[in-house]
Order: sequence, then structure tokens, then C-alpha cells
Amino acid sequence: MTFVWIATGAFIGAILRFTIGQVMKTWSDSTFPWATLFVNVTGSFGLGYLYAHTDQQSLILFLGIGFFGSFTTFSTLKLELMRFATKDWIRFGLYLLTTYLFGLIAAYIGLTM
Amino acid sequence: MLYVYVGLAGAVGALARYGLGLLVDSFGTSPFPVATLLINLIGSFLLGWMTHRFLQTGKFSPQLVTIVGTGMIGSFTTFSTFSVETIQLVENGYVLLAISYVFLSITFGLSSSWLGYRIGTKATRGEVE
Repeated sequence: MTFVWIATGAFIGAILRFTIGQVMKTWSDSTFPWATLFVNVTGSFGLGYLYAHTDQQSLILFLGIGFFGSFTTFSTLKLELMRFATKDWIRFGLYLLTTYLFGLIAAYIGLTM
Repeated sequence: MLYVYVGLAGAVGALARYGLGLLVDSFGTSPFPVATLLINLIGSFLLGWMTHRFLQTGKFSPQLVTIVGTGMIGSFTTFSTFSVETIQLVENGYVLLAISYVFLSITFGLSSSWLGYRIGTKATRGEVE
């Protein structure tokens, strides 16, 4: 059952992350990666909240490892940062700082709420 | 249909993350989150490599790059686990480890992505020439 819980959660998480990216693309033509920032900060809060409020193994597999693990992403963040690095140092710094700062604060709030 | 494929690829990526995590943890326990860091670095390298190599050469459709890149590699790597682990390190008194974790995640993560991108670019050039 372990694999089924993880796979189902990840299926939903990945589709939701992709959908948010597509929707935000149609909302604005901003080059700032709002979608990735949004999923990483809200997902950090969600995972922190989950870990603070449940010991149930199936819920941790489904929501924690599956859903929130896939909803948030590290590789896309780095790719977007690297693209800024060569031509736009201000956006690079802003994106790096906001993701790590808000991501960590969100996880902290989730864990302590 | 693309959404379903992204979801399925996401499930594969998450299972690979879980499997690799178990494998790394089987070597021994440490307060430092070695598994997540390793997974995130591997994924950053792969996405950097793949994005350039497959998209620029035009060998693979943008849909396939989305499925593998956004779906599979995007789900393989994770940011939420990183931020929760960092806070937990602080809460357990490992402040120095937490700072190192953030520092390594930023510097090595960027280096991995850059390295993948460069190797992808080189391979592409070699093929074109």
C-alpha cells in the first residue's frame, strides 16, 4: 500500500503544480517565476502543518511524501535561478531570497501552528 | 491528456525519491538530511541537462520535455521537505547543521543545475558539428 499512497498523492501534486504554472502564465507575462514561488512556499507550510498534526503513516505517505513532495519542486527552482544568473542579478537575488526566506518561515509557521 | 501524463510521471518521480531515500538511509542515520540533499542535487543536474539538450536539439517534443521535466524530475526533487527539515534541525538544536544545509542547498543546487546545462550544451554542439 505504501507505493499506492505515495503515487496517488504525487499524481495529484504534480498535476496541481503544473496547472498552477499554466494558469499563472495566462494571468501575466511576467518573467518572474511566481508559480514556483507559490507552490514552494505554500507546500512548505502544508508539510510543516502535516508533520506537526499527525503520526498516521498512510497520511504521511499520501500527503507528505506524495502530495507535498511532488507539489513543491527544487529542480525547477534551480533552473529558473540559473537562467536569471547570467542576465538579471536583481531578479536572481530577489527570487533566491524570497523562496528560501518565505519557504523557511512558512515551514516554521506550519510546524508550530 | 498532457495533465494525466504529467501526473503519472510525477508518481514515478515521487516513488524514485522515496526509494532513493530509503537506500541512502540504509547506510546509516545522521541528523543531516543527506538523502534529500542528494535527491535535489541529482534532480537539478538532470533537469539542467535535459532542458537544454532535448529542447534545443528539437529531437523531443515540448510535451515530452514537460512530462519528464515538470512531471517526473519536478516531483523527484522537493522543496517542502528541505524547508521542514531545516526548521526541524534548528528545533533539535543543530543550528550549525541547519545553516550548512541551507548553504549547500543554494550553492550545490545551482552548481548542479549549471553543470547539467553545460554538459547538455556541449553534447548538443558535438552532435551538430
